[in-house]
Amino acid sequence: MTDLERRQDRSPVPSGWDYAPAPEARDIVALEERYGLYIGGDLVEPRSGQYFPTLDPSREEPLAEVAQAGKEDVDLAVRAARDAFENGWSDISPAERAKYLFRIARILQERSREFAVLESLNGGKPIRESRDVDLPLSAAHFFYYAGWADKLEYAFPNRRPKPIGVAGQIIPWNFPLLMLAWKVAPALAAGNTVVLKPAETTPLSALLFADVLRQAELPPGVVNIITGDGRTGAELVKNEGVDKIAFTGSTEVGKAIQRELAGTGKKLTLELGGKAANIIFDDAALDQAVEGIVNGIYFNQGHVCCAGSRLLVQESIYEPVIEKLKQRLRTLRVGDPLDKNTDVGAINSREQLDKIKELVASGEEEGAEIYQPPCRLPEKGYWFVPTVFTNVAQSYRIAQEEIFGPVLSVLTFRTPDEAVEKANNTPYGLSAGVWTEKGSRILSIAQRLRAGVIWANTYNRFDPTSPFGGYKESGFGREGGLHGLEPYLGFDDSETGGG
Amino acid sequence: MAKAPALPTGFELPLEPRIPRIGSVDQVAVEERAATLARRSIKREAKLFALDLAVRMIDLTTLEGQDTPGKIAALASKAIRPDPSDPGIPSVAALCVYPNLVPAALDKVKGSSVKVASVATAFPSGQSPTHIKVAEVRDVVEMGADEVDMVIDRGAFLSGRYAKVYDEIVQVKEASGKAHLKVILEVGELGTYDNVRRASLLAMAAGADFIKTSTGKLPAAATLPVTLVMLEAIRDVYQETGRKVGMKPAGGIRQAKQAVQYLVQLYETLGAEWLTPDLYRIGASTLLNDVLMQIRKEKTGSYQSPDYFTID
Repeated sequence: MTDLERRQDRSPVPSGWDYAPAPEARDIVALEERYGLYIGGDLVEPRSGQYFPTLDPSREEPLAEVAQAGKEDVDLAVRAARDAFENGWSDISPAERAKYLFRIARILQERSREFAVLESLNGGKPIRESRDVDLPLSAAHFFYYAGWADKLEYAFPNRRPKPIGVAGQIIPWNFPLLMLAWKVAPALAAGNTVVLKPAETTPLSALLFADVLRQAELPPGVVNIITGDGRTGAELVKNEGVDKIAFTGSTEVGKAIQRELAGTGKKLTLELGGKAANIIFDDAALDQAVEGIVNGIYFNQGHVCCAGSRLLVQESIYEPVIEKLKQRLRTLRVGDPLDKNTDVGAINSREQLDKIKELVASGEEEGAEIYQPPCRLPEKGYWFVPTVFTNVAQSYRIAQEEIFGPVLSVLTFRTPDEAVEKANNTPYGLSAGVWTEKGSRILSIAQRLRAGVIWANTYNRFDPTSPFGGYKESGFGREGGLHGLEPYLGFDDSETGGG
Repeated sequence: MAKAPALPTGFELPLEPRIPRIGSVDQVAVEERAATLARRSIKREAKLFALDLAVRMIDLTTLEGQDTPGKIAALASKAIRPDPSDPGIPSVAALCVYPNLVPAALDKVKGSSVKVASVATAFPSGQSPTHIKVAEVRDVVEMGADEVDMVIDRGAFLSGRYAKVYDEIVQVKEASGKAHLKVILEVGELGTYDNVRRASLLAMAAGADFIKTSTGKLPAAATLPVTLVMLEAIRDVYQETGRKVGMKPAGGIRQAKQAVQYLVQLYETLGAEWLTPDLYRIGASTLLNDVLMQIRKEKTGSYQSPDYFTID
């Protein structure tokens, strides 16, 4: 009978449910102590003789040392790319080129867990995202452009497309492997060779990608990977052997590159910063819109050039939206990037963390109201609590400048016209979001927004078939889709002035 | 009659706060969110916690034409002592049966914490006159059922006669007296998430203590996204009025892993306060043994043959 009585005891309501740690095993990644530069199909020691450590930002621990490529190293890499371009790569049959790209795509899929873990280790992003977003999309880009390699003449009928030569590509640290795929895949499909410079803080997945190229038996020199800080990038931009520069990164550096290249005849595409408006109309499906707001700004710790960092809410639903948003923020799990249940990982670098802190401080100073959910952050590493600013005026720095962190600025509007006006009132023009049940309103608002990418009732959704790129200070040129091939091709018609 | 207009209200609130919206549901986004939550990785102590909770939340169900007092007796002892070899396993929340089996069920669970729930209101179709449904509810309550699981009139709902649906729930609620009222929406017949949201709000406005997905008589029963839509409606009512309504997904939940996914979704949508059998039930007939098997696996480190778990 005591047994039965005991069973009748109702356990008290728990105060919470602590998910046990669920870390992805990191031993799938075997790191070298030190990496050279990938030039002409081999990892070679840098002529500069210099190395620097690259960190795990969630622990502030060094993972490996990588080379700081100097002018001489850049020269070597560009020469290797030129050799490969002239002696084989530009002449092999397009179907052969496609074969290599398909191979790379398949190897990326096969090794996706290894890459996902490395991406989270070196970049600080949650494994959930590197596993479910970065890796599948990277492979998808190679598959997609592999398909175009032998169909270029159909892609651009009557224009006789041909490769342009050596492409210098400089990529950022927010999606290291995905940005590599965005750049390398179309360049190779179009028949060019590549010198790629990964970001200073996240070089490791690019160096592991060199091993994928070896596995795929890509001819030496077709892709060269040089690591280093901004100085290496500047050398690559200046190098006379480069025919085209593709840059993704800050607007400030993008402007400097454009000045440097003026008058040189090198082709240029820039994919720069953003301060996207995410516009919520009062007829939107609220719970899903809140999910979209969260995905828009806290995805990848807000280190996303197209992040929905300015929330424009119709005033009539301001209160429920903010209440729901705050509630949702309290359920975000911030912590170990390798834990499969982590929603928000580590800030990529000390430098970026300082920048976020500075802008957040300016927001408080200017009079915006800050909300941060209660949150236990790890002691070591670079962390920032997901943050919402309300009572933000259009003139505040947090409404104007790109923060590139998990910080949302909320503004309100009363009518669709006002929403469009506020959304467009920025030097940037990369992306925007529209949330409404009305299909006609989606179309009419999208037409009036000056942004390269507009999402309706979703956010931060990418696909290799869809072009991506900005207006105004967010850059020019498109990546992805058919449009993404064009910057890597020359056309006979444009040279003769015909067309 | 007909207190409910097309806009379900009944939150006993002044006009202003309730006017803005019934709101709508975005299908793509809600399915995506449900899928994301389903990918949480729940291990060790966290998993044991969930499995134990799942047992305590189960409404062990048999709703067959062939149900007999003998069958109910077997099920009742399973409900009280799900795993005789492990005294640490709690009883389930309730036995869910047809009206005719209520006396047998009550007799067998006497002295335990297990409640008896009876379906009613011309279950499962609900296609009978209101007065007959109400009479049926009175009968089962008189027999002593602790909980009543009613079905809404989908025919009325789908033809836009929301007031009829609302009114019927109000009457059934009245007839239920102290018994807890669970309102079954039969989501598989409602067709859209928007309809599920509307029906959820309508049922809560009319006085439901719980809202429940399905009768279990259709192939399309509880799913994670549909349950999420209902949880969000519950959250909205709680936010607006402070009233806590319970949730019961039923049908199609057969594996412990699914039960854990449902609980993760509950926890991350409504919070720890809802992690109790008073506010969440899982309607199931075959789920229990898989949960028991998983609990034994977590405790001993190895799987046991299904032969070690009784089939009742």
